[in-house]
Amino acid sequence: MKLQEVVEALGLKVCCCQDRLERQVSGAYVSDLLSDVMARSRAGDLWITLQTHLNIVAVATLNDLAGVILVNGREPEDATVRKAQEEGVVLMVSDQPTFEVAGRLYQMGIRGGHGPG
Amino acid sequence: MALVEIRADLHIHTSLSPCADTWRMTPGAIVEASRSMGLELIAVCDHNSMRNVAALQRRAAEAGLAVLPGMEITSAEEVHLLGLFPDLERAMAMQDLVDKNLPGENIPEIFGYQVLMDEQDEILGSEDRFLAGATTLSVEDLVQAIHGYGGLAIASHVDREGFGILGQLGLIPEGLELDALEISWAMTRPEAKERFPQIRKWPLVRSSDAHRPEEVGRAWSRLKVEEASFEELKLALRGEKGRLLVGGV
Repeated sequence: MKLQEVVEALGLKVCCCQDRLERQVSGAYVSDLLSDVMARSRAGDLWITLQTHLNIVAVATLNDLAGVILVNGREPEDATVRKAQEEGVVLMVSDQPTFEVAGRLYQMGIRGGHGPG
Repeated sequence: MALVEIRADLHIHTSLSPCADTWRMTPGAIVEASRSMGLELIAVCDHNSMRNVAALQRRAAEAGLAVLPGMEITSAEEVHLLGLFPDLERAMAMQDLVDKNLPGENIPEIFGYQVLMDEQDEILGSEDRFLAGATTLSVEDLVQAIHGYGGLAIASHVDREGFGILGQLGLIPEGLELDALEISWAMTRPEAKERFPQIRKWPLVRSSDAHRPEEVGRAWSRLKVEEASFEELKLALRGEKGRLLVGGV
């Protein structure tokens, strides 16, 4: 599934890198601990989090994630958006809470379940 | 000896922190900025490392600036905690514990450069450990270890959502023996107390969290003490023997 389809289905606000929405989403991961995401998310995953600071861009870059969805209408910090633009990381905002975002992605056929690792 | 009021900025990063301005946050620049801001006591607190502290101390000695060995440690819950120590020896003992519990290697292109410098601002090398990462130690473990080495444990920037103890844990765990809480430069003490009523009972220091030279001293704490030293800071935070954490800007 393309990122563009997710954006439309969930009504996400795209904060930067609109030109990268053709990317395929291969799975999803939900966590607010950066160290956990670094250890367990996989390339192509969508990451759902409430963290908004600069370091989310570093983690998304490191693991080559398809994009980051910030929940509860949380806006990324200015420095985060600037860095995301530089690194080509798609940042999106949903006004829904984490559970709703994850549930709707699951309904669309996106899976997580990489297991411990 | 009579008590005097001094300015203290207890949270300053150097070129060793991956997020700091690598080529400008040198010992010389930090000492110069501290002096121009009228600071008499600073603490150097890089992420999960204190390996640039000795260089700062040597550089600051001739300028009459006191530099405490410190470290901004990331707990397993990704809470930032400052550990300030009475001397380098005990700080290094804490460093050993952090090293043993900090997994991973840095990727400078993604997280930033981690440069070690001497007191003449010469580059000695770079740190390979993943200083931007989280240790496997809990907040409780860290506070206990810091105290075990005679140090002071201060929760960093409690008003910030990212890496602040309130943002990460939602509350300050009961029984956690912090010596003080730090308010970031972005918020005044009255604003912080208004917004986070649960922090009112703690001593509140305010620090710059400087990552660039021009940020040094943008917030500081005023201490009523005999001299700029670790022991006097400890008394001031406790309000003992007439020493006081007066306030600051």
